[in-house]
Amino acid sequence: MSTPIGSMLAEARRRAREHADFDGFVALVPYARFLGLRVEAQGGQLRMRLPYRRELIGNPALPALHGGVTAAFMENAALLHLLLRLDEDRIPKSIDFAIDYLLSARPQDCFAECEVTRAGVRVVHTQIRCWQDVPERPIAVARAHFLLSYPE
Amino acid sequence: MDKSTFHAALQQRFADVTPHVAACGMQLTAVDDNGVEAWLPFREEWLGDTERGLIHPGIVTVLVDSACGAAVLARIADLERIATLDLRMDYLRAGLRDHDIHCRADCYHLTPSIAFVRASVWQQDRALPIAVSQSAFMRAGRRGAAAIA
Repeated sequence: MSTPIGSMLAEARRRAREHADFDGFVALVPYARFLGLRVEAQGGQLRMRLPYRRELIGNPALPALHGGVTAAFMENAALLHLLLRLDEDRIPKSIDFAIDYLLSARPQDCFAECEVTRAGVRVVHTQIRCWQDVPERPIAVARAHFLLSYPE
Repeated sequence: MDKSTFHAALQQRFADVTPHVAACGMQLTAVDDNGVEAWLPFREEWLGDTERGLIHPGIVTVLVDSACGAAVLARIADLERIATLDLRMDYLRAGLRDHDIHCRADCYHLTPSIAFVRASVWQQDRALPIAVSQSAFMRAGRRGAAAIA
């Protein structure tokens, strides 16, 4: 039986797949909306964008984006990637997340792509890469485990 | 500046010097020789799952990264630029709607180049953490240090 969020997810997924309209998807996750995250389709690959704004700065002296923001953006990227790629009718639960920072994030847009390394019945392993100028020069890489179905 | 003056300045100016910390309404509630306690008031904007009323793990990571950075400065007790090298989050239980989020971060080991930090996050009961974290920071000298004091 489909849950209320399940039917909303299904509708958002349909609009995303048929019309490449991802706004409904981001709207379902309040914190993704707070960050201002956008989903874009880039030649069959899902790409997330975090448009720069001043409120995302962590160190104004450098200046650099807040490290937590980069991490949160990548966690959102993985979550939205799973919601779009898998047909889950609930929001997957985060088990853990580990990020390695490679370069300071400058005050400009960030991009992220996610890869599902392994999708088990209950647990999914994902790898996320975040960059600003070119994908070959990542500012951070991360991995995350998600739990798909679990007893209430 | 002596240590207690620095700690007081850190606690007071934490949000002023960090635009994203201010945007989230985060505050330091305690600063001591080894670490800090931080407080993030609940907002509907923090939800990741509206159906079940669950906090998004991303905002918990923001709180932890901020608190851990502050913990390093509290331990150094001086202005210094620091950068997160890596950070791991374990989400032990779901964070729930309508409850504020608290974090204790301790810099448990400091070398001339690196700071090691662990943190714990809870809502109503400190003994029931919703997340624990382990991170490492690079010390990058005074150049580009946020003006805390």
